[in-house]
Amino acid sequence: MEQQELIPHLFRTEYRKITAVLCKLFGISHIEIAEDIASDTFLLASETWGHKGLPENPVAWLYKVASNKAKDYFKRDALFHQKIVAQISNSFATSTGEIEIDLSEKNIVDSQLQMMFAICHPAIPVNAQIGLSLRILCGFGIEEIADAFLTNKETINKRLFRAKETLRTEKVKIEFPNKQEINKRLEIVLITLYLLFNEGYYSSSQNITLRQDLCLEAMRLTHLLIENPSTDEPSVNALMSLMCFHASRFEARTDKNGDTVLYQDQNTDLWNKELINKGMDYLSQASRGDEISKYHLEANIAYWHTIKEDTGQKWESILQLYNQLLQIEYSPMAALNRTYALSKANGKPEAIIAAEKLKLVDNHLFHSLLGELYTNIDNVKALMHFKDALKLAKSAADKTIISNKIGELSVQSN
Amino acid sequence: MKDFLFVFRNDFENIPKGSPEELQALTKKWMDWVGGIAAQNKLSDRGSSLASGGKVVRPNNVVTDGPYTEIKELIGGYTIVKADSIDEAVELASGCPVFNYGGNVEVREINVM
Repeated sequence: MEQQELIPHLFRTEYRKITAVLCKLFGISHIEIAEDIASDTFLLASETWGHKGLPENPVAWLYKVASNKAKDYFKRDALFHQKIVAQISNSFATSTGEIEIDLSEKNIVDSQLQMMFAICHPAIPVNAQIGLSLRILCGFGIEEIADAFLTNKETINKRLFRAKETLRTEKVKIEFPNKQEINKRLEIVLITLYLLFNEGYYSSSQNITLRQDLCLEAMRLTHLLIENPSTDEPSVNALMSLMCFHASRFEARTDKNGDTVLYQDQNTDLWNKELINKGMDYLSQASRGDEISKYHLEANIAYWHTIKEDTGQKWESILQLYNQLLQIEYSPMAALNRTYALSKANGKPEAIIAAEKLKLVDNHLFHSLLGELYTNIDNVKALMHFKDALKLAKSAADKTIISNKIGELSVQSN
Repeated sequence: MKDFLFVFRNDFENIPKGSPEELQALTKKWMDWVGGIAAQNKLSDRGSSLASGGKVVRPNNVVTDGPYTEIKELIGGYTIVKADSIDEAVELASGCPVFNYGGNVEVREINVM
């Protein structure tokens, strides 16, 4: 790898490790110091490597520099405490001895997992949890995060600042939750990872590479949980399985121009078989025990979507999975998808009655669904709904798809 | 939104005792019906079906078997839905599979304690 590629690459993989380890060492209230030291380390790397050439082992170089910077900080900080605070209380002057910065593989993984639990704290709004995860656990830049959320840097900075304040005021500890608490806390971690993945998968951001990176990061973090025996729960495996099935369609869902390719129009040769197989492995791991989380149901739905062929069994299974999913947790998206499955399993007339009852009149997908269902049954109504959908759709990709439908219908009725 | 209790009553004699396929078709009808309510975000508690038979406890420790399945309107199960009015709740009860075999749905508003 060339040097100009190597630094961004290492930034992505190593920044978060250094930050997590240092943050664990300093405590959550000094999260910015950990970030600063990690950033300074990379700054020094780009300067030094620029005129001296690459060191033999760039990662080891980064760890060494980060360790030294951390030790320096401790010394300075200790001096500060000695001078100012020592007279008041001796207990502050204990950190003068040489400290050990443990950048072993095990401590890196442990620190990252513990940071994950700290960030996914109930006191922090979900949006901020995702933002912080992207910054601290994934090493994303503020600009990238802003791009992913379709907002500006200032908003993200404010959001992250407030979240860090909350971590401080709540005195959140960077540690594994105890056994009794772990499942409850894990639930929040999974919601964040699920949303992080969806942020990438369904975002209307034009930056496709960034969106895929978001998904891959969510998968990497979920994988960390699976590799740790105390968090290797069935629901975690179910979530991982769901992510693998969705991710298997990365290549197929956008065309050369970056436009969305609808599921039914996708070239199945582009579906990633390896990820589909992985998804199935995780799904069987998820079947241990008798817990059925929403991730289990969604993973099963996603599994059926890896089979392109339309069979009665496929749509009947998907319908029943949505029936169950909606009973666990309602969402407009699940309600709409359930109704589509109903049309495939029980026929359009029944689905039209069910769809009209959803009354999601502000949602463009509601009108798209009705447009789809009325097509060839009542084309006037179909056209009306597609036109409503077009008015409500926000992203360019959605508008293109709906306009095409309107075009097809107009051709048919002429 | 208020909660309403659906009490499903039916005549056990009329319940199809057919093949596994027929029973599965009946289960599907219930799943689709409940799923349809959940899709409108109007399901509060899916509830349960009740096993047939039981005991009736009366004052002075008098315990009798029953109710027996010979009773025409035996409670077979319950579900709790969310609705703005009793009329809307009644509307939600339409299409309940219990009607397929001569049963009925009693709709009752639940008082908040």
